[in-house]
Amino acid sequence: MNIFKLSIKNIFNKPLSSSISLALLVLGVGIISLLLQLNTLIKDQMDNNLRGIDMVVGAKGSPLQLILSSVYHIDSPTGNISLAEAETISNNRMVGSSIKILYGDNYKGFRIVGAEKKFIELYKGVIKEGKDWDNPYEVLVGSKVYEKLKINLGDELISSHGLRETGQSHDEGTFKVVGLLKPSNSVIDQLIITSPQSVWDIHETHDHDEHENENEHEHENEHDNREITAMLIKFKSPMNIIQFPRQINENTNLQAAVPSYEISRLFKLFGFGIETLSYLAYLIIIVSGFSLFINLFNSMRERKYEMALIRTLGASRFQLSTMIIFESLVLTISGFILGLLFSRFGVMFVSSLMEESINYNLNSLKILNEEYWLLGLSVLIGVVSSLIPAIQVYKMNISKILADA
Amino acid sequence: MLKTKEVEFNYDNQMFFKFQNIDLNSNENLLIIGESGVGKTTLMHLLAGLLKSNSGSIKLFDKELNQMSSYQLDSFRKNNIGIVFQRPHFVNSLTVKENLQLAQYIANKNDNTRIESILKNLNIFEKSNKKTNQLSQGEKQRVSIALAIVNSPKLILADEPTSSLDDNNCSKVIKLLKKQATDFGAQLIVITHDSRLKKHFKKSIEL
Repeated sequence: MNIFKLSIKNIFNKPLSSSISLALLVLGVGIISLLLQLNTLIKDQMDNNLRGIDMVVGAKGSPLQLILSSVYHIDSPTGNISLAEAETISNNRMVGSSIKILYGDNYKGFRIVGAEKKFIELYKGVIKEGKDWDNPYEVLVGSKVYEKLKINLGDELISSHGLRETGQSHDEGTFKVVGLLKPSNSVIDQLIITSPQSVWDIHETHDHDEHENENEHEHENEHDNREITAMLIKFKSPMNIIQFPRQINENTNLQAAVPSYEISRLFKLFGFGIETLSYLAYLIIIVSGFSLFINLFNSMRERKYEMALIRTLGASRFQLSTMIIFESLVLTISGFILGLLFSRFGVMFVSSLMEESINYNLNSLKILNEEYWLLGLSVLIGVVSSLIPAIQVYKMNISKILADA
Repeated sequence: MLKTKEVEFNYDNQMFFKFQNIDLNSNENLLIIGESGVGKTTLMHLLAGLLKSNSGSIKLFDKELNQMSSYQLDSFRKNNIGIVFQRPHFVNSLTVKENLQLAQYIANKNDNTRIESILKNLNIFEKSNKKTNQLSQGEKQRVSIALAIVNSPKLILADEPTSSLDDNNCSKVIKLLKKQATDFGAQLIVITHDSRLKKHFKKSIEL
């Protein structure tokens, strides 16, 4: 038996009132920690996939949508642009390197992207099994795709039109898996990648079927009609980021969007909601402190004979006050720990939701620096709310209490 | 062993007590008897070091209580004095055994065999793992005696241990207290208004 054990016994002796303060604290700490975790994980994921892409060129529309679709692969594209126009831009002297990507199809909800091979290098994709594509209709498959759909080397994938699973299927569009990519912790993990030619070919036949009797002469100008979805651009000099996008937006019917700018705008929008929610959560933590204080204060009154007894047994004032502070700290620290657990389950839950809808996952469970601050805050709440009861116990007049009995 | 001289005490200048001198030798028990309101509880608290007198001297085991600090009194109490209260008090979150372990912990002791032997001696060993609020009145009283003697005090102070008991139980309890004191080598001072106890003590003073 010791003072610490006694504190714990006292807490368990009053499970109801202890658990109310505890629940409030768990909720407060849990919400803040969940927000911090999600914010950091999403930001990390976003930054990680940015890979130094300075600018994205695509069809006119929302710039954020363009970025979300062609950099993060989580929204529908704004439309297509002509290959010829894209090439004019990629030949501009300010452009360091450019990667053309095309969309159009999916396999069981995973996007099939036609891209130049530089695209895989950009995300440091490494082939785990098999080889690179050489011919049209050969594909490389990202790690999450083959893990989830149990795809093996040599499998044939029949694609569906559009980016959702329910699209019309191209019977002609049968892709052959020639390579599996190692997990790269980037967007290519959830993509099926093929050569641009494959995507052009498949839609060629597709369009051909639909317009069988029209405009046979279109094929003569085939090169001019080819389209891409977007082009990812790196500049030669970072200075160009100010001038070049504006030139494109003003002088062509293409749209240029700067990912870093759009993402920070997105986070500003997010940030407002996150801030409001965290104020609410801090309020809950403060309320939990009050509830803890009222708890201890009441239990001091109920337990005054008990305290007097412990004093007559020879315990010092200091030991008794320590016991009260311990009781409070045990509650707040376990509240903190349970709150972190709560937030980790929350992250897993949100992650599983996101994985289902947009094939993103967020599975890093490390403790953030801000969470150490939360621990500090919990300890502070524990000490502050037990201070007055502890002082009361310290000043207690045992003789008077015992004489009144 | 105990020697008091001209001890005076007043509560906020309202009540004033002047106690007669006490001189008690080692191996003697003492009955202090008095009507309500003559300061019995005050005297007991003074002897236990829970209160400090305004003047006079209380010498217990050759130590002058009036000259000790509050911290020294706490320490003196846990090493020398066991107290049996009129109404038994316990730490309610703990079992009988844990209450006794807590008392030992406070006195820096840890001796489970002593706890067992005390509980057996008082016939409540089978209640060891019961919470104190599950005990009957008589069992509570015996546990409070156990708490008073668990740290082998040299002096047991009992405050009205029999006031609410019938004649039969009164005599049982006082015999039990005396037996425990003898068994564990402690002296006993009982403070009461209960004149039934006179026949059990050779030495008594009236306040």
